[in-house]
Amino acid sequence: MIPALLVLLVCELAGNALHQMLGLPVPGPVISMSILAAVLAFRKGGASSGSPITGSLEQTAETLIRHMGLLFVPAGVGLIAEIGVLRSEWLPIAAGLIGSTLLSLAVTGLVMHWSIGRRAARRSSDTVQGLQRGGSSRTIANDCN
Amino acid sequence: MIAIDHLCNSLGTTPLLWLVVTLAAYTAGNMLQRACGGVTFADPVLIAITIVAAIVVLTRTDYTVYFTATQFINFLLGPATVVLAIPLARSARLVKENLAGVGLALLVGSVTSTISGIGLVWLFGGSRTVALSMAPKAATTPIAAAVSSQIGGIPALTAALAIVGGIVAAVVGRTMLTRLNVNDWRAHGLAAGVAGSGIAAAQVAERNELGAAFAALGIGLNGVMVAIVVPLVAQLWRS
Repeated sequence: MIPALLVLLVCELAGNALHQMLGLPVPGPVISMSILAAVLAFRKGGASSGSPITGSLEQTAETLIRHMGLLFVPAGVGLIAEIGVLRSEWLPIAAGLIGSTLLSLAVTGLVMHWSIGRRAARRSSDTVQGLQRGGSSRTIANDCN
Repeated sequence: MIAIDHLCNSLGTTPLLWLVVTLAAYTAGNMLQRACGGVTFADPVLIAITIVAAIVVLTRTDYTVYFTATQFINFLLGPATVVLAIPLARSARLVKENLAGVGLALLVGSVTSTISGIGLVWLFGGSRTVALSMAPKAATTPIAAAVSSQIGGIPALTAALAIVGGIVAAVVGRTMLTRLNVNDWRAHGLAAGVAGSGIAAAQVAERNELGAAFAALGIGLNGVMVAIVVPLVAQLWRS
């Protein structure tokens, strides 16, 4: 837990330092996340090599991610200061939220599907049966290892 | 009565009371969702925010007093964002195998979300601040809120929008994509991660492992994408 926290905080510090020194428009924690992901992904043995720090990181990651919702509560309560905005702009907020979420969901899914289909025309396909009928089949794609 | 008032006043000035209230509200939110059979729209975070906000308003506490007391919880958002690197690195192999598809879908999906978010708010007569708060909402909540505060949005509004957007994506995502003849778990997972981040991803993750990996990929990569695209769009819009 502590070595993992140390790694995370050092990464966060490095990301914030880069953010400020280079005047990057990307927030510090996002830079930190990219650095850590790159280090983990390109390290020898891949992301899941069995070093103690990796194990501790994975555990900490699981806990933090599972309870990430709790961490938004203090900031979320700040909405009480924005009740006026919510009341006067509920229509643009609702339209923008629902519209853009559905659009981006459809576009991402369709483009990904189309690109997989193009590749699958060259290779064997691996669509999921049962999905179309809405069943919760656990069929897992077969040629993706 | 006076004794209770006095007790509240002296406790209210220490962080302890508000930490307890926040943790208790979050636990209550989780219990309530479980009691509702785990339905997505009984989101524990929204429930917790509602409970705490009600208590803060009813006790006439200044928000800054509450926020100062719970700063420790808020501080953990930084490490919690960095830690997203771990699921992202785990699914990095998938990027290499599907580079063109993932890259293109991510770019198009992210730009669509940003532009349509700003555009729809503007079309329905919303203010610039609300449009800027809408723009990064598809990213995972900590990144969305960080981007929002950087470009002049309202971080609290963005955080709430990110959560509600995730619920919308989780509730209609599967049905809509299936209607559009998208029947591949990789596409479902990526779309859920890009458009609905954690909440929608959880919906896919409990059904399919490959979908879960692509959802994790979508969350991580879209976080980076939003952090690059949204400030750019905001800058262009100003000029």
